[in-house]
Amino acid sequence: MAATNIPTGGAHAQEAPHVQHHATGDHHDEHHDHHDQHWLSKYVFSQDHKWIAKQFLISGIAWAFIGATLSTLFRIQLGWPDANLSWLEPILGRWIDAGKLNPEFYLALVTMHGTIMVFFVLTAGLSGTFSNFLIPLQVGARDMASGFMNMLSFWFFFLAGIVMFISLFLETGPAAAGWTIYPPLSALPQAIPGSGTGQTMWLVSMALFIVSQLLGGVNYITTVINLRTAGMSMAKLPLTIWSFFLTAILGLLSFPVLFSAALLLIFDRSFGTSFFLSDIYIGGEALNHVGGSPILFQHLFWFLGHPEVYIVIMPAMGIVSEVLATNARKPIFGYRAMIGSLIGISLLSFVVWAHHMFVTGMNPFLGSVFMFLTLIIAVPSAVKTFNWLATLWRGNIRFTSAMLFAIGFVSLFVSGGLTGIILGNAALDIQMHNTYFVVAHFHLVMGSSAFFGMFAGVYHWFPKMFGRMMDEKLGYVHFWLTILAAYLVFIPMHYVGIAGFPRRYYAYTAYETFNQFGNLNTFISIAAIMAFFAQFIFLFNFVYSIFRGRRATENPWGSTTLEWTTPIEPGHGNWPGAIPAVYRWPYDYSKPGAPEDFIPQHVPYSQTVSSNLPYEKEME
Amino acid sequence: MHPSESLNNKQAGVGTHPLRFILWLMIISSTMAFAAFTSAYIVRRGEGNWLDVDLPQSMLINTIVVLLSSVTMQLAYYFARRDEISRVRIFLIVTFLLGIVFLIGQWHVWSELVLDNVHFGGGANPAGSFIYVLMGFHGAHIIAGLIFLAKTFNKTLQYKIHSRSMLPIGNCTIFWHFLGGLWLYLYLFLLLNH
Repeated sequence: MAATNIPTGGAHAQEAPHVQHHATGDHHDEHHDHHDQHWLSKYVFSQDHKWIAKQFLISGIAWAFIGATLSTLFRIQLGWPDANLSWLEPILGRWIDAGKLNPEFYLALVTMHGTIMVFFVLTAGLSGTFSNFLIPLQVGARDMASGFMNMLSFWFFFLAGIVMFISLFLETGPAAAGWTIYPPLSALPQAIPGSGTGQTMWLVSMALFIVSQLLGGVNYITTVINLRTAGMSMAKLPLTIWSFFLTAILGLLSFPVLFSAALLLIFDRSFGTSFFLSDIYIGGEALNHVGGSPILFQHLFWFLGHPEVYIVIMPAMGIVSEVLATNARKPIFGYRAMIGSLIGISLLSFVVWAHHMFVTGMNPFLGSVFMFLTLIIAVPSAVKTFNWLATLWRGNIRFTSAMLFAIGFVSLFVSGGLTGIILGNAALDIQMHNTYFVVAHFHLVMGSSAFFGMFAGVYHWFPKMFGRMMDEKLGYVHFWLTILAAYLVFIPMHYVGIAGFPRRYYAYTAYETFNQFGNLNTFISIAAIMAFFAQFIFLFNFVYSIFRGRRATENPWGSTTLEWTTPIEPGHGNWPGAIPAVYRWPYDYSKPGAPEDFIPQHVPYSQTVSSNLPYEKEME
Repeated sequence: MHPSESLNNKQAGVGTHPLRFILWLMIISSTMAFAAFTSAYIVRRGEGNWLDVDLPQSMLINTIVVLLSSVTMQLAYYFARRDEISRVRIFLIVTFLLGIVFLIGQWHVWSELVLDNVHFGGGANPAGSFIYVLMGFHGAHIIAGLIFLAKTFNKTLQYKIHSRSMLPIGNCTIFWHFLGGLWLYLYLFLLLNH
């Protein structure tokens, strides 16, 4: 690898005058080796962004397995509705009632699967890991703007996780009103068992989670704006950083709104207010609540809820852009268009929330405005997709595991995105709303895609995180099984959905219309179980490689960005010497005239005379 | 902005100190939470079945108190720039006390509302509940502001605030003005929309 390593080692010394000491970062230098640190502050309450990133990653993986287990359980119910499930009694205890899964618990499984996957895995696990890990390394900073707040961010997330985890074992079961917790169902403990203590703990956990997200988000934004190294203008940032930056802005603007909604819901549940409740009879008895509006909750919820899906997908987009360009050995196609489309998606994400509410009886004119805005999102999404394809086009592609997952992301994003155009139509949505078509759509475009982005990121940056490589062969097996299973699960779901089968139903056997899908549902469940087991290959690969993986080199993928200029296992402070200055954009791959097929960002134009373009000559 | 409130020797990025920038971002996220409450208020009010609440007179007094505390906060900042630390301490204490007076006053407003039969819960009309939520959530922010003031005061005791080290008191001043402005917004909002 030394041959491909043009300037990483030598450039530091030669370019000393160009290198700038970071004003805020200097104090980190002295405890770079941190021999004197207590193990508790090094491994548990660490303020090092790289360690916090690993904490987020490992908690995210743990939550992903919990979330996947829940989905496997309800897929067993859906696939074999008549089967005797008493073999599950050792795990589920009294939730198995005379060989049958408790229907209330089924709702809880669905709710917790959604909550865990959306918030704990694809928000905290994805953004938390890669924003923390890559922002300081790729912008050239010693650490986050506030290491202390960053540490708090993880521990608030951890606390939120504890509360949510405990709620799984409540006697009345965890929250069961769906991950969107619409009142009145979620607001009235009399309504279903899951709206009791389980829902309270859900809300408490989510409040803690929001605090964690805000603490993390302000750090990400500040670090990108304030702590970039010399020469690192916004137009030289890798697309990963742009996507993390915009994701953090979305979170900062939308999570407080969810907090407000959750607070009002808590008041309705526990303090007798009527923000979302009105004229409700339970068991023939009128409740005390008058004058509330359940639709108001949906507005507040989806004002977060819609940006949230972009909070999930945009980091994956950034990771994929980076991995595709590196492994196609080509500059990303349309760098500025990629940034522009990210900004476009971010702006649009705030003005489309009511497309989740087309069937709430909203004014059809208002519906058509939201429909129009929703369909516009297809434009920046298509810009990104075509740019990814154009990046691959005639590239010198290296099919690493990360690259396979990045290509898989593009595939899933296209497949899932196309049905978004259907669902975005207010008229078509009347038929599709709340059916498996919606489930199939968002699991492809946001769920599976974001997971693939996350996998691409883990395989790609594993050497930088742990100093070792993951096994490529296991990576291939993991990829092929996962993408196959993802399509086998979600393509049939579109069918069931078009026929009108509603989501969140415990069993369809009571309906003659849906009985014909029995075999299809069994098929989907088998594919889902296959997907679940394929993830253990990843888990094994991940854990094994941390301890026994092949040792990594400094820059194993021949990448241009700054994180690969650090030592193989960077200490606290990231660079042992001065922080490298940046001279060029992050995508100088296969530049004509250059001796190697990549030129890292910190190599000045004076060292690359042979490959400089005419307008770069003056910067030599 | 005073030079000691920005980063020195910066070539890239903006000159704002990271802590100052973090403060602004937190102010933005707080603003979003209040924007959610007040827009929920407007949406809910538009749906009818709305109780017309007469705002107690003492709300106006509280508004004057909180605006006055902004003036004393600004004076503390002003004297810090002139290195008159003992005056900084005095005005920080005055600001803190005005903050306490404001909180007590808000509590008084709540008891007046209760006397007026405007309740928070128990089947009350959301029109009243919203007033309690807005005032309560703002009050929680004021408590955060008081903690911030106390920490800043502590720094003056350690002589960590002076004309060449203005960042902590600058941040505290910005946050306190935000709280005052926020209350002014909420008060005017309730006046115009009750």
